[in-house]
Amino acid sequence: MNKPIDMKQLISRYREIPLVLLIITLFLIINIRTPGFISPSNIYKILDDTCILMIIGMAQLLVLLIGGIDLSIGSTMALSGMSVAMLNQYNPDIPILALVAITLLIGAVLGAFNGVLVAYGNIPAVITTLGTINIYRGFTFLLSGGQWVGAHEMTDGFMAIPNTPFLGISSMIWVTVIVIVFLFLFTNYSVRGREIYALGNNETASIFAGIKTKKVKLTSFILSGVLASLAGLLYVTNYASAQNDTATTFELQAVAACVIGGVSITGGIGTVPGVVLGAFFIGIVNNALPVIDLSPFYQMAIHGFVILLAIVSNTLMDRRTERLILQKRSL
Amino acid sequence: MGENVTLVSQDRLVKKSRKEQFIHIITRWESILFLILLIEILVNSLISPYFLDYFNLMNSTFIFMEKAILALPIIFVIMCGDIDISVASTLALSSLFMGMVAQAGADTATVVAVGLGVGLLAGAFNGFLITKFDIPAVAVSIGTMSLYRGIAHAVLGDMAYTDYPESFAYFGQGYVGNTVIPFQLVWFLLMAVVFGIVLHKTPFGRKLYAIGNNRTAAQFSGIKVQKIRFIVFSVTGLMAGMAAVMLTSRIGSTRPVIANGWELEAITMVVLGGVAISGGKGKIGGVITSIFLLGFLRYGMGLVNVPGKVMNIFTGFLLIIAILLPELIEKARKSKELKRQKKENEKKLEMQTS
Repeated sequence: MNKPIDMKQLISRYREIPLVLLIITLFLIINIRTPGFISPSNIYKILDDTCILMIIGMAQLLVLLIGGIDLSIGSTMALSGMSVAMLNQYNPDIPILALVAITLLIGAVLGAFNGVLVAYGNIPAVITTLGTINIYRGFTFLLSGGQWVGAHEMTDGFMAIPNTPFLGISSMIWVTVIVIVFLFLFTNYSVRGREIYALGNNETASIFAGIKTKKVKLTSFILSGVLASLAGLLYVTNYASAQNDTATTFELQAVAACVIGGVSITGGIGTVPGVVLGAFFIGIVNNALPVIDLSPFYQMAIHGFVILLAIVSNTLMDRRTERLILQKRSL
Repeated sequence: MGENVTLVSQDRLVKKSRKEQFIHIITRWESILFLILLIEILVNSLISPYFLDYFNLMNSTFIFMEKAILALPIIFVIMCGDIDISVASTLALSSLFMGMVAQAGADTATVVAVGLGVGLLAGAFNGFLITKFDIPAVAVSIGTMSLYRGIAHAVLGDMAYTDYPESFAYFGQGYVGNTVIPFQLVWFLLMAVVFGIVLHKTPFGRKLYAIGNNRTAAQFSGIKVQKIRFIVFSVTGLMAGMAAVMLTSRIGSTRPVIANGWELEAITMVVLGGVAISGGKGKIGGVITSIFLLGFLRYGMGLVNVPGKVMNIFTGFLLIIAILLPELIEKARKSKELKRQKKENEKKLEMQTS
């Protein structure tokens, strides 16, 4: 029984295939305009620039999967990044590992605050995080008193967190790879991970299946907060500055990475590789803008356009897949 | 003997229901809000002697009337069970095009028409994507939130439009006649009356409640759900354009970050006003009360030099509490009711056994 490979079915099953083709096409087009864009050093640079976006893309994925949305990612990044930068500024003796642990703990608390309100307070995620985007940003301002922490106020060890090469590759990329592998395993092979998909697909059904939906939602938000704080730490250390408006509108970029990667905005659909590719796609676009003589001021508009385009095409694709499944059933 | 007992209990029942009615009115969300507003005015006037000054109070409305104009159509949006987080970006887009035509030398009427028109188109585009492809409103509006403001960033970069006709300033800075009553305040109250009538006195308003309570049921009872949602999003865009006219006129310039983050406050005004976030419940009176509540809160905090970002912490918490509180009250009421029923059942059982 050697079935011929049905291209359409393959594509609707693996969303990543058209995305990979799209990325290759994008690379080729830009390379025609500016030869040398496809070079190992430039691709490495794009990857290095995209690490943070990949991490917050996965933070957004976890919340989108349960049918929510996290608008507070940028503010979580800023608040955790600012807290830890100030800790480093005033207590340079605290070991780096402890600083990392504290960052992740802050992220967990901020994520848990969102999660408790959504899961146990029954407040829609978009409203909860619309509140906390401003609350966390406000606390960043209160904490810093409107000041910012610059490179000369941070210790060298602190700033080396993302830039310590290992096997010729920066530690930021290594951290990102570890996070990707961990989340891939978590979403595909852990019970809690599968419960997240079940909940996103059909909440009522998952309740009847005995899934503790509130705990699952809380887990998603806590993990999302932890990832956002990790991204905040990497951002602050990589650019050696913690400011009040650090990472504003990053949550929108995270949404863009997700929807390009095929994540459904209504929950239940989406993969870690998809989000990584989606983030990489945005990374290429961001890096190509100066190359093709467009000012970085165009970024936000392009992200918005790409979000809309991806959402519409995702919706149309989902419909077609549904129809295909229904057709098969009737045969 | 048996008749007597029922008579007495019936009498008590009537009395209790009257008492309950009173409690119901007192504990209604709108009444609580109004009480909080009064307390707030009292506290503010104690903290700062400048607060209760008539002229100051009138002028203080300048800082929140544009947000109030944004909040009005969001009542409709949330009533339908939808959400629109792109209103502030629509405002920016509207302001951008107004600045463009003003730069080119257009007169006040044209500038206003462009502002309203661009807002309407932006809102209709939202509505088109949401209803045509049946995409959740939050998804579409997060895209257009980025797109609309992004266009303003792309066109303006780090520049600003500041050339507006002189008479254009009236919409944001003018007073009615020779009084100290701002034009903005009067215009908002007029709009509030229009929205209140549409919401509470027209079939369109009834349909909004029906859609919010049960979209499928509304569809099956013959309501053109998608058409009404399209209208609602278009109106939201139009009102964002109107807010753009007022804000641009007041500050006399257009920058890409104009009205950044205002969607939070507009939505908070509506939700705090008692419009259920799940749709189908709420009254215009509550929203108007909460608009002044939030506005005077900001004004009061401004008088004692609280920075804007710290005010946002309060607004954020208010938004969350406004949803959390009614739910907790409802839960407590339900558990109380259950306990009461349990007790009555036990009594009945006791009587029957005796």
